[in-house]
Amino acid sequence: MNKAFLQYTLRAIAWAIYGALAVGIVWGVVLLVQVQGPVYFAQAVVDGIKLGFVYALIALGYTMVYGIVRLINFAHGDVFMVGAFSSYYAITQHGWGFIPAILLSMVVCTLLNVVIERVAYKPLRNAPRIAALITAIGVSFFLEYFTALKWVFGADFITYRRPFEVVVWNVGGVLITNITVIIAITATVLLLVLQYIVRNTKVGKAMRATALDKPTSRLMGIDVDGIISLTFAFGAALAGAGGVLYAIAFPQIWTFMGLMPGLKAFVAAVLGGIGNIAGAFIGSLLMGSIDVLVVSFVPTGSRLRDLFAFFVLIVVFLVKPTGIMGEPQVEKV
Amino acid sequence: MRRRLIIPSWIPTLVVAVGLYWVVSYANSTARITPYWYSVIQLAAITAVSALGLNLIYGFNGQFSLGHVGFYAIGAYGSALITKDFVGKWSGGQFSALSWIMAGQAGILVVLFVAQGIRLGAIRKALRAALDSFMKGHEAWTLVTLVSLALVAFALAVGVAFTWALQRGFLFLLENAIVALPETAAQGIIFLLGLLNGGTMAALIAYLVGLPLLRLSSDYFGIATLGFAIMVYTALQNSDMVIATMKGARGMVAIPRWTTWAWVYVALGLSVIVMRNLIWSSQGRAIMSVREDETAAKLMGIDIAQQKAIAFAIGGFFAGLAGGLYAHLFGFLHPSSFNFIKGFDPLIIIVFGGLGSMTGTIVASALFALVIEGLRVVLPQGFEDWRFVIYPVLLLIIMLVRQQGLLGTTEWGWLRAPLPPERAVPAPAPVVSRTGVSEAKDV
Repeated sequence: MNKAFLQYTLRAIAWAIYGALAVGIVWGVVLLVQVQGPVYFAQAVVDGIKLGFVYALIALGYTMVYGIVRLINFAHGDVFMVGAFSSYYAITQHGWGFIPAILLSMVVCTLLNVVIERVAYKPLRNAPRIAALITAIGVSFFLEYFTALKWVFGADFITYRRPFEVVVWNVGGVLITNITVIIAITATVLLLVLQYIVRNTKVGKAMRATALDKPTSRLMGIDVDGIISLTFAFGAALAGAGGVLYAIAFPQIWTFMGLMPGLKAFVAAVLGGIGNIAGAFIGSLLMGSIDVLVVSFVPTGSRLRDLFAFFVLIVVFLVKPTGIMGEPQVEKV
Repeated sequence: MRRRLIIPSWIPTLVVAVGLYWVVSYANSTARITPYWYSVIQLAAITAVSALGLNLIYGFNGQFSLGHVGFYAIGAYGSALITKDFVGKWSGGQFSALSWIMAGQAGILVVLFVAQGIRLGAIRKALRAALDSFMKGHEAWTLVTLVSLALVAFALAVGVAFTWALQRGFLFLLENAIVALPETAAQGIIFLLGLLNGGTMAALIAYLVGLPLLRLSSDYFGIATLGFAIMVYTALQNSDMVIATMKGARGMVAIPRWTTWAWVYVALGLSVIVMRNLIWSSQGRAIMSVREDETAAKLMGIDIAQQKAIAFAIGGFFAGLAGGLYAHLFGFLHPSSFNFIKGFDPLIIIVFGGLGSMTGTIVASALFALVIEGLRVVLPQGFEDWRFVIYPVLLLIIMLVRQQGLLGTTEWGWLRAPLPPERAVPAPAPVVSRTGVSEAKDV
């Protein structure tokens, strides 16, 4: 048996496997589409992207804060909850419209997060990182249980009143509501603004420098503490907007509502490569799509969706330990 | 010349340990504490066992794990399956959970051994090197993966065959023998085996999960283990689809309530002894060296992956053991007792007690229970909801005031690092002062 023959046979086997995999994937997708019809599939994708945009707004706060202070800010999901509640009060009790309500939520969340940062995280800037993480968990508990008190928000589920009428468009069988459109537009606008700030302004440059190297940035005359506060502020503003949009899409709010979306958004940020804004966006859309596709297509999927979401996370980690768009970590000696 | 009496450090430790045991048993037997507080104390000790495991993983080995509660849950459900099955035997059920669980674990071990025996890693490497010379990298990878999948399938087949043979050929006899014993003796043996199986199940799963995940660096590992814990939680919520008696989201009921203070205390004591002897052995130094500096440890010839996996598995064992005790304390298991928020409890305890301090972990477990339950008593009527408002505030204050935790890395009594064995020290030379007059003469 000569070597060339062996070589070609083996390569042929490898390519046969590729072919089989490709056929299998295409066949799987076709089967998936055929089970319930293409319209059902398209509907699931649209809903998944809607959820993904909301995740993206939360994920950005996580990813920015992590990028700068290497802190998993577990309280972020609860800031998101406060955003949803403040718009609820503005809308139901004061009759505010959508845009004023979302702006109010952003302002409230910004103030809240800056206060949290000053009180709970700043004194621990030079402590071991785990201390700040524990305080983050503490702040998260505090926000959840404090707002669940009777005279704050209360511990019950509250039905959220949307500030506008729901309009449904039928695009070839796929139902697209104006909620989806508003979420997509708002999220995209906010993301572009953020991207512009981080990329093109002096503040953004200072943020990137702080993320890279804090002592050097300080030597270069950057107000590092101010930049860190600003990062928390930006993240909270996005989370506040996300809270309003989430409540509009899924109109039931309670004080523990931030827990799972917050965690999913964080996982989405990690999935995309933490510290990376585009990565957080991609990871969030992926996460939202997985969520809805699992619910739509897997039998008893609504009970198993978290299993799939985290399974995907672990698989991505095993293939690329720093996430989809994360840069490989350099090991320093 | 007076000799100073040196008390060996184990004596005060033993006195405190026995005293603690006696105080609680006495208080319970004379009804000085309500059954409620009795179970709170037991729960605190159980939490201490689990937290010791996490301290081994995070405090001593430096691997930031958020998924400890997953192993706790595995241990709880695993042991509950065994004991519940045993109790069901008296009402005409088929007692086979013990043998199947034991055989299944043995089967997994066999799979690991076979994979190691056929030198999977070496085969992959050699094949890769041979193929790389005449085909593209990804083609070679695909072929190697194909071959290793086939080998893994072979190992799995051997493992399944072994499991089946073990249960059918031997372990069911063990079950029959236990059932034939008088009821109280059988009960004790089954409880012990159930607890141990809960621990080993958790350890085995920790090892299998840790093998791939421990390559990740700190925060990524934390998130991956958090993901694992949530997967366990979701799986438990849907467990009734696979095993009916686990009842899924409705909660597993009718687990025998066999956990007593004696069981809990012995488990805690053994855990502490094992931990202490492990930490201050050469194995323990290897585990700690990974925390200090992986690169330096590697240079000293320490197999980092191995040390991480060992620490993770042992920590998982403690969690599983604690889970088993928890399951038999209240006789009722619900997945929501194991959600990821509960998973923060052991983390908070070990950070509060001091990372890398066994004494700190035990003290902090007690204080944690005292704070959580004490607030229930202290708060006036109508303010019960404030419990979890005050608790995080306390947490915040403690973290702001004492970042290194209650005890830092200090230990107490017998738990301290043992002194090196005494050697015959030559008598000290007399200290000569500058004036040349010996100062040692007045001793």
